Amino acid sequence: MFHSLGKYILLLRLSFRRPEKFSVYWAEVMREMVSTGIGSLGIISIISVFIGAATTIQIAFQLSSPLVPRSIAGSIARDTTILEFSPTISSLVLAGRVGSSIASQIGTMRVTEQIDALEIMGVNAPGYLISPKIIAGVTMVPLLVIVSITLGIGGGYLACMVTGDVTPSDYIVGVLDGFNGLTVRVALVKAIVFGFIIASICAYQGFYTKGGALEVGQSATKGVVYSCVMILFADLVITSIML
Amino acid sequence: MIEINDIYKTFGENEVLKGITAKFKPGKNNLIIGGSGSGKTTLLKCIVGLHEPTKGQVFFDGENFTDMGFEQRVPIRTQIGMLFQNSALFDSMTVEENIMFPLNLFTTKTKEEKLERANFCLERVNLAGKNKLFPSELSGGMKKRVGIARAISMQPKYLFVDEPNSGLDPKTSILIDELINELTEEYQITTVIVTHDMNSVMGIGDHIIFLHEGKKWWEGSNHEIAHTDNKELNDFVFASKFMRAAKAKL
Repeated sequence: MFHSLGKYILLLRLSFRRPEKFSVYWAEVMREMVSTGIGSLGIISIISVFIGAATTIQIAFQLSSPLVPRSIAGSIARDTTILEFSPTISSLVLAGRVGSSIASQIGTMRVTEQIDALEIMGVNAPGYLISPKIIAGVTMVPLLVIVSITLGIGGGYLACMVTGDVTPSDYIVGVLDGFNGLTVRVALVKAIVFGFIIASICAYQGFYTKGGALEVGQSATKGVVYSCVMILFADLVITSIML
Repeated sequence: MIEINDIYKTFGENEVLKGITAKFKPGKNNLIIGGSGSGKTTLLKCIVGLHEPTKGQVFFDGENFTDMGFEQRVPIRTQIGMLFQNSALFDSMTVEENIMFPLNLFTTKTKEEKLERANFCLERVNLAGKNKLFPSELSGGMKKRVGIARAISMQPKYLFVDEPNSGLDPKTSILIDELINELTEEYQITTVIVTHDMNSVMGIGDHIIFLHEGKKWWEGSNHEIAHTDNKELNDFVFASKFMRAAKAKL
């Protein structure tokens, strides 16, 4: 375990060495940002709306007491979405979508000698391949989380309109009532850390792939599993530190 | 001039290279031959720095490449072109982008100059007009030629080639050999080729190193190889009936 941790830290150090040519790396960063951000927008939008709607319905179901104002469902749905569902669930989904793609792409490049070809040319392969993915991860995941929060809360509103468990106006009152900006800061810190975890762990798994197609698949699986575990661990740590 | 001095390479308990010392002739085709598992590719990877030798040194024009750090190696690496066994073209890039990739990173040429160089390299390997194709759209022989075009794009001083004929039909193999030979002569490149193809050995083997069980077993030219009494080399070169018949006619 310590051997792997050491290799991971050394790889990260190599990844952030001075680029050979900034313009070439910048183009790569832009490409990765589009792939991570725009490419994941569809799936993040869909899960956010559904989770937001389902959460609101469940909260409304649990608030059966006439002494509790119905608008509280909006407040609980808002905070749950901002603090937990949007950053964590979105990141777990992104670990599957983006992380597996990173690990298998770099793993395939390793087993087909494309990484060797980069090194022969004098290119810092970890820098060229990994740093743009990490930069894309730490910038795009927070943006996706913001989109997810918005759509999640919007999903709750839709659920109110369709089911009528809570009136849409009560829901809006609840969403606006007692908003604390700290929750958004916590969500963004989580998103940045999760973006880093997904990109770096999956890139590490891909970079040290040995063998052929079977091992590329195994690297992708390991990358996703380790990323998910680390996301949940980091979620606990950040939540306990910041709240 | 490339020199290797007492190269050892061990993977775990397995000692693959056992003290190989050799000099590769400048401006010539230097072939490393040997049976499967004899350490040919490992030796090539030790020379270019993809593997670090367990012991021994590699010198490029007298400079100790083995002891250099990553940054120090870059000026030598920009003088190296390499053709990999499976071509190792970047899948996400077109043929043109593959060839221009090292130019983008290591030169200050304008886009037009880089494009001109890419077109020249493609013409040189008889693939003019194939700029916009992706590697997945190319045949095995075409991939090798694009690999060669990428390898020569930086006008290298040294060309390393790993199994240039693997997976190719005999006619295409000969074309690739001829192309490598022409480039070596034309640009006076020091070319190091790992192969077990006897057509290559007899056709373009200016200087041949035969590896056996991780050691340098024999060294000479393609003219000398037919007359050697080295048993292991004879077993390797004249393994087929055809080659034995050809030797009998000499």
